[in-house]
Amino acid sequence: MKFYRSQVLVCAGTGCTSSGSADIIRIFKEEIEKVGLSEEVNVIHTGCFGLCENGPVVIVYPEGAFYSHIKLTDVPRIVTEHLLKGRIVTDLVYSSDSAHKSKSMALEDIEFYKKQKRVALRNCGAIDPENIEEYIAFDGYKALAKCLTEYTGEEGRDKIIDIMLQSGLRGRGGAGFPTGLKWKFAKAPVSDIKYVCCNADEGDPGAFMDRSVLEGDPHAVLEAMTIAGYVIGAQQGYIYVRAEYPIAVHRLRIAINQAREYGLLGNNILGTDFSFDIDLRLGSGAFVCGEETALLASIEGKRGEPNPRPPFPAVKGLFGKPTLLNNVETYANVCQIILNGPEWFASMGTEKSKGTKVFALGGKIQNTGLVEVPMGTTLREVIYEIGGGIPNGKKFKAAQTGGPSGGCIPAQHLDVPIDFDNLSAIGSMMGSGGLIVMDEDNCMVNIAKFFLEFTCDESCGKCPPCRIGTRRMLEILEKICDGKGEPGDIEKLEELAINIKNSALCGLGQTAPNPVLSTLRYFRDEYEAHIYEHRCPAGVCSSMLRYTIDPEKCKGCSLCAKNCPAGAISGEIKKPFVIDTEKCVKCGACIEKCKFGAISRK
Amino acid sequence: MKSLQELEAIRKRTLEKINLRKEHNGTRIVVGMATCGIAAGARPVLSAFVDEVTKRSLSDVVVAQTGCIGICRLEPIVEVYKPDQEKVTYVKVSPDMVARIVAEHIVNGKVVDEYTIGYYETHQN
Repeated sequence: MKFYRSQVLVCAGTGCTSSGSADIIRIFKEEIEKVGLSEEVNVIHTGCFGLCENGPVVIVYPEGAFYSHIKLTDVPRIVTEHLLKGRIVTDLVYSSDSAHKSKSMALEDIEFYKKQKRVALRNCGAIDPENIEEYIAFDGYKALAKCLTEYTGEEGRDKIIDIMLQSGLRGRGGAGFPTGLKWKFAKAPVSDIKYVCCNADEGDPGAFMDRSVLEGDPHAVLEAMTIAGYVIGAQQGYIYVRAEYPIAVHRLRIAINQAREYGLLGNNILGTDFSFDIDLRLGSGAFVCGEETALLASIEGKRGEPNPRPPFPAVKGLFGKPTLLNNVETYANVCQIILNGPEWFASMGTEKSKGTKVFALGGKIQNTGLVEVPMGTTLREVIYEIGGGIPNGKKFKAAQTGGPSGGCIPAQHLDVPIDFDNLSAIGSMMGSGGLIVMDEDNCMVNIAKFFLEFTCDESCGKCPPCRIGTRRMLEILEKICDGKGEPGDIEKLEELAINIKNSALCGLGQTAPNPVLSTLRYFRDEYEAHIYEHRCPAGVCSSMLRYTIDPEKCKGCSLCAKNCPAGAISGEIKKPFVIDTEKCVKCGACIEKCKFGAISRK
Repeated sequence: MKSLQELEAIRKRTLEKINLRKEHNGTRIVVGMATCGIAAGARPVLSAFVDEVTKRSLSDVVVAQTGCIGICRLEPIVEVYKPDQEKVTYVKVSPDMVARIVAEHIVNGKVVDEYTIGYYETHQN
């Protein structure tokens, strides 16, 4: 194996790929060739580093210099300065403040990573996901080897279940069901054929941790599924992954082929009599297919619709056989638990939620990206210390967790330690870990409407409460946002929400009213302002906005009038102008043009 | 691939290659590669170190570059940092001196006295 004195790691996750990292890798290789360093310096593409906001990101070892926002034109400089002459290009190094005062040379010194504990993401950004040997080098397939050789027979397989139970690992897909228990239920039935499935149909708007694990560390999922297959007695696994994740699909295919080549999938794995194989099934992006019974129906080639439970998949799942279904992030924790022991895993987190959780930070936050923290970390730490706070000095209003099935967490709960039970207690849920931050400029009624639009769209239509009920709720919300809300609307919303929750067939419908209920719980005053005063306090719902010119501030320059597309502004030069609210189309062009800040939107 | 032994062999072999990316406590060999160093022939010296480290599969050794440390007249300069030991500075290093530095100093811990800056400065005249 060749020794390289320096290695250039370029992020090739979806985030950085969309900001051009594939070209950066190409130019790096060309430039390195040009200065004759190809024999000494190796360029590697890796999975997501998590700091997507600052992409494309590049790390150069052995110095560990962390470059961010790299442009194609920066590459020749890094090659000639850093790689050839050994001088780190400091002005391209990541800096946590915009003034570029504090320069962080190494990844682990960056505020963003300091508070993190990367377990599920440990290999993302550290290894080449398309090279099985790098995974093996970082203790890959060691957990599988341990299971197959140390935990043999019926007793050994029960022991693995005990380890999972002791670790306290709970499903990371949203519901938080104890993983060990799930494995136990799937092992219990006697059947010649069983299946192990992986739910990689990540559908929550704003969540992308499963994608990052698949892109950055696909073998971790394959290894864990193989272990699960060994435990419950399955020979075949399926990964149900969205077709909208082309990079993840591509890397999974490579990983599966490499694992087969190395005898880590297929017949007689590692010389034992255990055989297991994995195939991919691509979903075409229906949100409801993340629900387990719908997902299994879709793998079977049927329409992706949920079915009533029981029977649970552990008893009668895929093709009518006992089936184990776990989420990507759950699997990503399994091998680490087996290698480091359940006590190690249980030492992190809170009493009932052990280990770490990955959150996808999005919305009004400085460091958009992926973070992994121990359970029990507060929202304040995640948003302010790791996430870098809210841009432009705006005030935090709420954070939405759990996507369209979750709820919002207002400022007074910023210090609640995040875990499954605490989030439920304050009316939200863990969900898959999407965390969308909202500031004072976000209208909570509008946010609730946004999420309901999503669930309404994604409702499969099988059961009336979800198909009809969510539609009625959406209509009321649209009415309120249009300034046509009437007294009694809030009560109607609440009644519908409770009925839908109690009667919908699957998780999608049962949780669909959550965003409305939680915004009503914490921001009822905003709903009331919309309905009774026909006013949107955040200034978002355009039909209720009024644009006015402050005569004190207006200098009468006429710039606004010249830019108004509707001809709604008139006045005499050097005297205050006025807006005709009848003609105004509320486009906001005048506000942008006014140099004196004389126009306001209320 | 069928056995545990083979898995372990791949693990070891690959780790050697990528352990640059892990936290490092081993030896650092730093070659001065500013304009003065390159002009004096630091590039072949660096390549020689890389070759030698590869040949011996030294897993806890990092070969790195640095800028000018000021005594350009003694380039190519190579500094060796071993954990818990004082830094050793070799001067006017040529590629044919590299094998000896690696064998005696890096591997066996015995500094090659006559290549060091102290020896050079006292024996020059």
